Amino acid sequence: MQLHYLTAHQLHDMLVSKQISAEELTRAVFDRIEQVEEKIRAYVTLTQERALNYARLVDKARLAGEALPLMAGIPVAIKDNMCTKGVRTTCASKILYNYIPPYNATVIERLNEARTVMVGKTNLDEFAMGSSCENSAFFTTCNPWDTNRVPGGSSGGSAAAVAAGETILALGSDTGGSIRQPASFCGVVGMKPTYGAVSRYGLVAYASSLDQIGPFARDVTDCAMLLNVICGHDPLDSTSVPYDVPDYTAFLTGDVKGVKIGVPREYMGEGIDPAVKEVIKKAIDVYTGLGVVVEETTLPHTEYALPAYYLIAPAEASSNLARYDGVRYGYRAKDAGDLVDMFMQTRSEGFGAEVKRRIMLGTYALSAGYYDAYYNKALKVRTLIKTDFDRAFEQFDLLLGPTAPVTSFKRGEKVDDPLQMYMVDICTLAVNLAGIPAISIPAGIVDNLPVGLQLIGRPFGEGDILRAAHAFEQNTDYHCKLPE
Amino acid sequence: MAQYEAVIGLEVHVELKTNTKIFCHSGTEFGADPNHHVCPVCLGLPGVLPVVNKKVVEHAIKAGLALNCQIAAFSKFDRKNYYYPDLPKNYQISQYDLPIAEHGCLEINVNGADKRIGITRVHMEEDAGKLVHQGTISTTPYSLVDYNRTGVPLIEIVSEPDMRSADEAVAYLEKLKAIIQYTGVSDCKMQEGSLRCDANISVRPVGQAELGTKAEIKNMNSFKALHKAVSYEIERQIEVLEDGEKVVQETRTWDEAQGETLSMRSKEEAHDYRYFPDPDLAPMVIARDWVEEIRAGLPELPDERRERFVSAYSLPEYDATVLTGTRELADYYEQCVELYNNPKLVSNWVMGDLARMMNISGQEIKNVRISPAQLAKMLELLDNGTISGKIAKTVFEEMFNTGKDPGQVIEEKELVQISDAGLIDKVVVEVIAANPKSVEDYRAGKEKAIGFLVGQVMKLTKGKANPGLVNELLKIKLDK
Repeated sequence: MQLHYLTAHQLHDMLVSKQISAEELTRAVFDRIEQVEEKIRAYVTLTQERALNYARLVDKARLAGEALPLMAGIPVAIKDNMCTKGVRTTCASKILYNYIPPYNATVIERLNEARTVMVGKTNLDEFAMGSSCENSAFFTTCNPWDTNRVPGGSSGGSAAAVAAGETILALGSDTGGSIRQPASFCGVVGMKPTYGAVSRYGLVAYASSLDQIGPFARDVTDCAMLLNVICGHDPLDSTSVPYDVPDYTAFLTGDVKGVKIGVPREYMGEGIDPAVKEVIKKAIDVYTGLGVVVEETTLPHTEYALPAYYLIAPAEASSNLARYDGVRYGYRAKDAGDLVDMFMQTRSEGFGAEVKRRIMLGTYALSAGYYDAYYNKALKVRTLIKTDFDRAFEQFDLLLGPTAPVTSFKRGEKVDDPLQMYMVDICTLAVNLAGIPAISIPAGIVDNLPVGLQLIGRPFGEGDILRAAHAFEQNTDYHCKLPE
Repeated sequence: MAQYEAVIGLEVHVELKTNTKIFCHSGTEFGADPNHHVCPVCLGLPGVLPVVNKKVVEHAIKAGLALNCQIAAFSKFDRKNYYYPDLPKNYQISQYDLPIAEHGCLEINVNGADKRIGITRVHMEEDAGKLVHQGTISTTPYSLVDYNRTGVPLIEIVSEPDMRSADEAVAYLEKLKAIIQYTGVSDCKMQEGSLRCDANISVRPVGQAELGTKAEIKNMNSFKALHKAVSYEIERQIEVLEDGEKVVQETRTWDEAQGETLSMRSKEEAHDYRYFPDPDLAPMVIARDWVEEIRAGLPELPDERRERFVSAYSLPEYDATVLTGTRELADYYEQCVELYNNPKLVSNWVMGDLARMMNISGQEIKNVRISPAQLAKMLELLDNGTISGKIAKTVFEEMFNTGKDPGQVIEEKELVQISDAGLIDKVVVEVIAANPKSVEDYRAGKEKAIGFLVGQVMKLTKGKANPGLVNELLKIKLDK
């Protein structure tokens, strides 16, 4: 039996019935990593010793008859932009290549309380800026379905690790699609929760008003279980919302009869690969067969999401990334003549091209004389996009469409054309601007590459999304497909 | 030569007195070891988030109300972006277009004339850290950074350009300091940097409505420095105009040693701070009932208190102004008057001997060892004749230095006034016998000679004899 390809809920049962120990499970995952990591390169840092120690402690507690949380002993991989006390946190950037945080992100604290086992820190596009993992300063992660192709991004390492059996679960962060798009490319489940549902404390900020941490999993049940662990108000994050976190697994009833789903025509139009469109149409048929009412709808300002995003996110990033100056931690340029020289050289040498591009874009957008024309206008567009969703949700419980307009593309294919790269996120960006939750689930295979279906819900409507995603999963087997 | 008029506005930074910093739980105590009061949040480490300290907002509202401002119903924090090593995030969290309080004013009095100075706004922000150099910033081989002050809460109070002289600027700052201190939201210690002041100064020909080009003056670390710097800058700008040149819009620094202002940077070199709303901090909706609650809790402020001191205690305007200069002094005075109901006498002692002793010892009212109750007790003993006025001064000094009760001082130093006629009479007889020459002089009509005899009696009684009684008894004996 291949433990590394089981789901967390299956493994939970085996752990509880003592069929396996947490240590055995951890070893199985690291054996798998030993086997495939050379090809996949999902991890920036592996924490094997630490993981085995955690696992042994869980086993010891279980043998002693202690009551353990549901997820105790389950391996989880962490995107390397979440701070882990004592474990290097690089954001896949040269500028933080040696940075070891003195504190844990809130999500890490919650995972520790849940007694999960951290496998390691996964690769990403530098500071989560990118859609292919090719912007990592260290190396590019490969798509387990085709190692010549990208895993998507920015959370490509986490998605690939789940898909390749190098972990059971993973956390990613999603600013414009960075969880959902790689989930789609790698054939796994990935969810971006409502803005404010999961604490951002300890998530190294890219664009603070858009960033949100979320789960990667093999199926919707696992996704719901991990969501249960990480959601909830955090006094250390003033943008986290106090709300009663439901048990998300309780929504997984299989019953979606009478649910109303809208399909925005903007997500099924030009620019969407016809083969991807076909997959989505088949998914619609599945839902119709389950008694769901599916109708076309519109999100009229969708085409402005990309330009608005590429003003707001870089503007925030230009300020968020100002702290990397070589004064206190991280990379510092050698032989700088004076202070200003040190700032400039450190940042010139420490940041990659895409990060610099976005810092410059954002600096420009916030500059005196341009603020109103760019940043302020983008904020107004953001309001219009939110209003689009509000209107749609007056009529529909959920919205449905492709997660990405294409399947995974070849490495190097888009690196010289930033705009082409940005277009890969056209179906996901608006969701971040609106602050609402969305999931990507495996919905088909095209040319031996997975295609993701995106379901979008109302603010704090994670339960409704999971219910519908689960019902789809119950009636299809795409989530069981494994890369060869 | 044309007549010129100066136009002055002040930007004052006040450190708020809170136990913890504005966005984290680190302490704020002044004078700790470098980098002692720090945590991941105020160090701006990757991934951290700020959470606003409610006490800071409360203090800022309190200050705003005390300065007659309108308190915003909706307020937010913004980021002010600039690079400097004492600013760990390379942006300062401040407030830009929606400050917590606006449209206030305060009253000053210069040379007997009352004047109202407008207050444009009060906003909250975090303080930066401190660079420590060997020697000067331009010659030091390296600089050390101390982040203790990073994230200490500040309010910036911006005045309207309503002041016309250095005297008015100083009067404004003094009044502002008194008001803020009364509210208890800050110590306002200029030496420790908890009160800092920049001045915007321009000059224009009298009668011209249009404002002249302004210069911003920084680095004035005392009221004296403010007065000197403003006076200097006004003169400098007038000279520039008189020479037919133009004032340059720039930031200048006050060089205390040279007694002049020096150019720091011109308008062209000014930063573009790229302000934008801080996405890490949700905008604040300020509940009206909270504002009213804070208003209800405001203490009596300097102007009201001064007026009350005049009306309730019948004090001269001057006394009332001095006594209400700080809340602590006014409290001290009132506690004393409550126990010894002779307002003018208490005022004389507080403004006289107490102020003198505080001045000599460099102490502040809140640290003096003599309590209001002890002073009241001493005045009572003076009143009932236990001690003489002269001895009272000795007793007071001892009390000031030791914190002892007046009774204890009097007992230990055996300073009780001798009012026993029998005892004094004995000494009088002795003195008359020992000084026949003076007795003769007195009896021959030199009435002044009695002074010498009184002095002799006092000397023999170590100053404790009741002087009135001595005089009386001597006269009885001599006039026989």
